[in-house]
Amino acid sequence: MFTFSKNYSYVCLTLCVLLQIYLHVANAEEDANGIWSGYISGQGRGFWQSPQFDDQRDGDISLAIEPEYYKDWNNGLRAITFKPFARIDSTDPERSHIDIREAHYLHVVGDWEWRVGIAKVFWGVTESQHLVDIINQTDLVENIDTEDKLGQPMIETTWLKNWGALQFYVLPGFRERTFPGRKGRLRTGLVVDTDEEEYESGAEENHVDWAVRLKTQFGPVDLGLSHFNGTSRAPELRPTLNSNGGVELIPFYGLIDQTGLDLQALVGNWTWKLESILQTKKGRDFTAAVGGFEYTFYRVSKSGADLGVLTEYHFDDRKQDAPVVFQDDIFLGMRYVLNDAQGTEVLAGGLYDFDYSSKSVRVELQRRFSDSWKLESELQMFSDVADDDPLRTFHRDDYFQIDLAYYF
Amino acid sequence: MKIIWFLIWLLLVSTSLFSISWAETPEEKGLAIAIDADMRDTGFETQTADLVMTLRNRQGQESTRYIRTRTLEVEGDGDKVLSIFDRPADIKHTAVLTYSHGLEPDDQWLFLPALKRVKRINSRNKSGPFVGSEFAFEDLGSQEVEKYSYKYLHDEACGERKCFVVERYPEYVYSGYVRQIAWIDQAEYRIVKVEFYDRKNSLLKTLTYSGYQEYLDYFWRPDEMFMENHQTGKTTTLRWANYKFKTKLKERDFNPNALPRLR
Repeated sequence: MFTFSKNYSYVCLTLCVLLQIYLHVANAEEDANGIWSGYISGQGRGFWQSPQFDDQRDGDISLAIEPEYYKDWNNGLRAITFKPFARIDSTDPERSHIDIREAHYLHVVGDWEWRVGIAKVFWGVTESQHLVDIINQTDLVENIDTEDKLGQPMIETTWLKNWGALQFYVLPGFRERTFPGRKGRLRTGLVVDTDEEEYESGAEENHVDWAVRLKTQFGPVDLGLSHFNGTSRAPELRPTLNSNGGVELIPFYGLIDQTGLDLQALVGNWTWKLESILQTKKGRDFTAAVGGFEYTFYRVSKSGADLGVLTEYHFDDRKQDAPVVFQDDIFLGMRYVLNDAQGTEVLAGGLYDFDYSSKSVRVELQRRFSDSWKLESELQMFSDVADDDPLRTFHRDDYFQIDLAYYF
Repeated sequence: MKIIWFLIWLLLVSTSLFSISWAETPEEKGLAIAIDADMRDTGFETQTADLVMTLRNRQGQESTRYIRTRTLEVEGDGDKVLSIFDRPADIKHTAVLTYSHGLEPDDQWLFLPALKRVKRINSRNKSGPFVGSEFAFEDLGSQEVEKYSYKYLHDEACGERKCFVVERYPEYVYSGYVRQIAWIDQAEYRIVKVEFYDRKNSLLKTLTYSGYQEYLDYFWRPDEMFMENHQTGKTTTLRWANYKFKTKLKERDFNPNALPRLR
């Protein structure tokens, strides 16, 4: 029923070491205190159009839980974090999955921060796509917005200075992307077989990746420069004949070098943003970029609501050969923040593809009820999707999703 | 020897004569009070405190936030303040880091724990509400002398004490206020009450400080701050506890790149 990382060895090793630290070190410290927090959430998704592919269902309900244990001592200079995640889905067994989002030990000495274990890292500045962000694998069955990530085994060290930070990463143990199963919506026409995968590296999922990142600031301008070497997080999906004589897609994970740049500048009420990557690999190198602005109108209502307007342009020099949705697209969005006691926020955005004339719209709403309950809903629609657009695979998958979560 | 005594006498007489004859304008007196109040709050180096913020609407519905605050005193500029949310639980570990500056826009970062994202945010407009409360960002920022121009109005009894009543005019272009009237007690230069007038010069809010306690025999801090919005009927109460000064906090505990690990 559940799919789980094949890197059991890393997971077990990490958990064993953390448990050792927990039992022998953390408990011996007088100022140590551990806290549980997290959420449990019920989700419903409804797809109102008839499915494009065989076996796909019209909706699902699911239950997710993400507890977190955190314990620190020595004024927060030592800490352990453990954050597992699980979802049980009513229709798609591939969407029922468990993951260890975080399980790491933090050790700070002077200007150096060390993190060892399974962790999550975010890089970047733009809103509609996260091009530069590469450390963690996407947990695609959670949401097509690619903002949910799988925990990545790593040794991270950060050199923290007044001018910014320099970070080094050693990433042993690859995480494969999750894909919806046969019954799931928002999938490719041919089902991706996540039990079979191929790697360019002979070491397969044990290839050790590395990365380095520099973050610095010049007044109102923030600059990030990064380089990653290792197994690509985005697989190439190769049609293959399976043992039953059917055709399915096998993910192929190539080796890449990716250099990233992210830039943000605050100018008056404007925030200008740019992310760009250069990826080299066997076959074809490419560059991609996303850039734009966010402009905020403050206190547009008497109660003090803010309205932010966003525009971002997406570019990929592979043009229509790019296996991605964002190759020559414009994103127009607005963020309406009520600044009320319930933390009500509405995000609405539309994406227009200049090459294929495809359109998609997404609206997200969140609001808190009482201090522990939160409602999030999401509406996603696709229209006029061209036959040869990679987005075509979703064109009958308009959906409405509602999440009710209890936080503790 | 006599000549020295004569010179000292001359010095004393001349200075006292000078201070009598030097007519202080209301503006000068207002500024002098602000400088004095600021000096009495200098030298705490770092401060940590726990804050319970209670929002209440006109119907009496309440909503509570638990926030831990850490402050680094910066000489010659505004302070650096880190606020970490403990509740509501859905925004637990969310953090706001602010480098406040006198008349320049603040530098501000938001840490979103779910995405592990540190987002530098545009903070030119400080007049917006802080997490849905009746406090604007500019009400909570460090109160540097140069943020206002001043005018002393009169003395007035405030409770058992005597207060200076000083009008102050925000110098920051994007302030949400045209003026504020502050009651400052004459014994310890503690702010007792502030009235906020919006851009249309009508009374918007009143902030009342209470339960002042002295820490390290020098720094006065209130246990409670009560903000009432006269136009909406909403109120926000801040209850402060566990004030600590001259802690082990370092500059690097206020580095935006350290936000993911700061709890």
